[in-house]
Amino acid sequence: MDAFLHQVLAGLATGGIYASLALALVMIYQATHHVNFAQGAMGMCCTYVAWSLINAGMPYWAAFVLTVLIAFVFGVLIERLVIRPVENSPILAVVVVFIALLVIITSITGWIYSYTIKTFPSPFPDQIGLGRYMSPHQVGAIGVTLVVLLLLYLFFRFTPLGLAMRAAAQNPESSRLVGIRVGWMLALGWGLAAAIGSVAGIMIAPSVYLDPNMMAGVLLYAFAAALVGGIDNPAGAVFGGFLVGVLENVLGAYVIGNELKLAVALVLIVGVLVVRPSGFFGKVHVTRV
Amino acid sequence: MKFKLVTITALLAAAFASPAALAKDPVGIAGKEILLGNINPYSGPASAYGTIGRAIAAYFKKVNDEGGVNGRMLNMVSYDDSYSPPKTVEMARKLVEQDNVLLIFQSLGTPPNTAIQKYMNAKKVPQLFVATGATKWNDPKHFPWTMGWQPNYQTEARIYAADILKNHPNAKIAILYQNDDYGKDYVKGFKDGLGAKASSMIVKEASYEVTDPTVDSQMAQLQASGADTFFNVTTPKFAAQAIRKAWDSGWKPVHYLNNVSASIGSVITPAGKDKSVGIITTAYFKDPDDPEWKNDKAVLDWVAFMKKYYPEGNLHDGSNMYGYTVAQTMVQVIKQCGNDLSRANVMKQAANLKNFEIPTLLPGIKINTSPTDFAPIESVQLAKFDGNTWVRYGAVMGK
Amino acid sequence: MRKSPLIALVVALAAAGVAPFFLTNYHVFQLTLVMVYSIALLGLNMLTGYNGQISLGHGAFYAIGAYCTAILMDHYGVPYWATLPVAGAVCLLVGFLFGLPALRLEGLYLALATFALGVSLPQLLKYHHLEEWTGGVQGITISKPDPPFGLPLDQDQWLYFFTLAVMLLMFAIAWNLLRGRVGLAMRAIRDQHVAAEAMGVNSALYKSLTFGVSAMFTGIAGALGAIAIQFVAPDSFDIFLSIIFLVGIVIGGLASIPGAIYGALFIQFVPNIADEISKAAPWAIFGLFLIGFVYAMPMGVAGAIRMAAARLQRRKPSP
Repeated sequence: MDAFLHQVLAGLATGGIYASLALALVMIYQATHHVNFAQGAMGMCCTYVAWSLINAGMPYWAAFVLTVLIAFVFGVLIERLVIRPVENSPILAVVVVFIALLVIITSITGWIYSYTIKTFPSPFPDQIGLGRYMSPHQVGAIGVTLVVLLLLYLFFRFTPLGLAMRAAAQNPESSRLVGIRVGWMLALGWGLAAAIGSVAGIMIAPSVYLDPNMMAGVLLYAFAAALVGGIDNPAGAVFGGFLVGVLENVLGAYVIGNELKLAVALVLIVGVLVVRPSGFFGKVHVTRV
Repeated sequence: MKFKLVTITALLAAAFASPAALAKDPVGIAGKEILLGNINPYSGPASAYGTIGRAIAAYFKKVNDEGGVNGRMLNMVSYDDSYSPPKTVEMARKLVEQDNVLLIFQSLGTPPNTAIQKYMNAKKVPQLFVATGATKWNDPKHFPWTMGWQPNYQTEARIYAADILKNHPNAKIAILYQNDDYGKDYVKGFKDGLGAKASSMIVKEASYEVTDPTVDSQMAQLQASGADTFFNVTTPKFAAQAIRKAWDSGWKPVHYLNNVSASIGSVITPAGKDKSVGIITTAYFKDPDDPEWKNDKAVLDWVAFMKKYYPEGNLHDGSNMYGYTVAQTMVQVIKQCGNDLSRANVMKQAANLKNFEIPTLLPGIKINTSPTDFAPIESVQLAKFDGNTWVRYGAVMGK
Repeated sequence: MRKSPLIALVVALAAAGVAPFFLTNYHVFQLTLVMVYSIALLGLNMLTGYNGQISLGHGAFYAIGAYCTAILMDHYGVPYWATLPVAGAVCLLVGFLFGLPALRLEGLYLALATFALGVSLPQLLKYHHLEEWTGGVQGITISKPDPPFGLPLDQDQWLYFFTLAVMLLMFAIAWNLLRGRVGLAMRAIRDQHVAAEAMGVNSALYKSLTFGVSAMFTGIAGALGAIAIQFVAPDSFDIFLSIIFLVGIVIGGLASIPGAIYGALFIQFVPNIADEISKAAPWAIFGLFLIGFVYAMPMGVAGAIRMAAARLQRRKPSP
């Protein structure tokens, strides 16, 4: 029983990692209806910025806030400079631009910082750990993810800006007619997604160690988590992340062994999607013919 | 529509704009320059090892600055294969057929090297000092042009197994291994070393993929098995995670760590020195972060070399020490060739290294090869971490 | 066919036919790889370009084809040319079976499902219960075929012509398929699947069949690739291969047969060019190339050529 509990809690800890990146993916999807494959790389790159700031002597929380702001600006710039020109291209061309961003960011970060792993500090006190099951940082990271989720929910539900962003993504033409600056809404969406991604990176790095390929493995699971929870539902994404984390661990430990757990976990996720195509909490879209 | 044709031709022309083949000198030599080939993963999942290629290139630059070898300059052409065997094949063919290199040196990874092994032997081009510890490179009878360099994984694993049989004969062993050739080679050697007792002593094995974000789940499984001995076959990032997770979970097994991940700078420090006390590994070269070598001339020379020739390289990354050391072996072979720089003679001299010592290798470890022995380094020494440094103990084992 | 494309085709064929005698073996090898990739890209293009089903996991079918060939040649001594139909048939079946549940998935969800396939296949190949067949992490080495009937060609040249012949055959099949009723149905499903079904197109059948045929093409490419490289291992078929295939068809031109060739040229040569430009961050240069191509030619190279040709046609006075 104890071993099972350990697996489940370890799964929640890993799931927290997936959930935080999944939030960034959902954010970018809600703002632009695109899934940005470079989201992980952008988050990783911003984490390196935070690392440099902390190494230069800046206190942790100051570096955290500054990095989030830098990430926001970074996201806005990418949207205005890189994504804008291909806005009206076929969707797959945009996907290729995302892939290009992914390789460029990873390659340049590796060149500047080298590929040796680096430690990243954790701000959470020792007292909040769950004994030997979950380290203080893992508990704290889940907490931060939930706070970000709450902030996102409040932003989209209760602020006029959030409403404008959702409108711009769902119906750009009508939004323009109402006076919404759709272009800037997209840029804002990218900025917020980049900011969330940087928070994800800063929370992930202490557990998995910082290196340019840090987010590569996480991206697939985050993508799966976002879809399983419902790509347009931030809470669903977080739920999906925890689900995927626990599922993967339990499968690996008790059902299929570590050698096949990746394949089986993914098969199960795809199975869920076949049965419930919009994920657990997504909105079912009905299109009129 | 001629456009299609023009476009295709233009693309082809651009693709073939590459350095012309060298002139009439014996292959790989152009006047006063020796052309060496190298293939390294500068991108992709194994890009952490790309620094080895850069360290080697920097060392050759140093050698050239000091007059070269027998008056000839060393020029290394290095290509990226992203650890993908098809790319390795393509780059090997490019080096041999287009760039006309004398030999290919320190190509990295077991699948990449397996992919080109047959080709290199068919073309009779030396495939020297490959950067992998797989056991298969010591086979002069079938592959007379391929040679390894570092102590092979199975030998190392057998040493751990012997240590366990001697000091912990009733151990319950758990193994964490990377699910690829490197991981499986170690596990095989380990099980062979335990012999008949392998199935009774090993209570749990858990594998992980290089793409997994963490190994926490696997570590929890291993701990739950009740094992009191842990064989850790992981690459640096995962080794650090495993050490830390074991500590956090309150699991304190007798911990054997494979020497690929024994670097103080890249693994022990990130994991936490206090959490790594008691870990056992084997070593064959000097760890630049080990306080024991703080005033050692060879290590100080290395630091000076890094600062001058490879300033962007990481002084805490053992790979840079590895690259520096293996490059010296290559230089020694070229030196021994004298004025006969044919491929056949290169291979002959590579198989003729007698008690060759490199200052950055541990004291007592010498390089020896012969026409029937294509394993340059076969000796290692056990070492235990005391919270500050790797304390070597026992004899230098192997040949 | 109109006259000028026909002339261009004949010239291109002639050039391809004599090329191996003027180029070094290394270049012949590279061109063989280009042909292999173009068959693979044609397969993917059929599914994604012509039928609108996005696949981020086509590398898996390439791998299955490659392993079929390797296992047949290594374990059973089957001659290399006989392994191609088997590889094709196996991939046709696997692709069709994958396409069936995939019917319920659209867009992003299908992308995830195919991504999952591409990511998990290497793990399956390493699975220890299958090790006896697949060679596990060590992979399988195979030998390059010798030219038959004592033809005065070396191995690289023979393989080039063999691949060229297979490529022409596959392209001819694809061209025939795509310009007929099947192609029309595929494109109708891509553009307006509700209207297509209303017109009597059996959407489910066509979509699954397209998946199967697309997998077959890519599988045969994989088989040829295995013979050219002479080695298969799980590391050769990671998710990046699937991603680079997708990049290839977008750069080459979606829904375009010659686009497969342009795409193959791009994915074979541009990484090498990037490596020569910058040793420090070659993939950054590759990414810049990608962005440049997409900006300048959002419809791919084939699309840009089509547009340029159309513009020139308009300038000519009408007969």
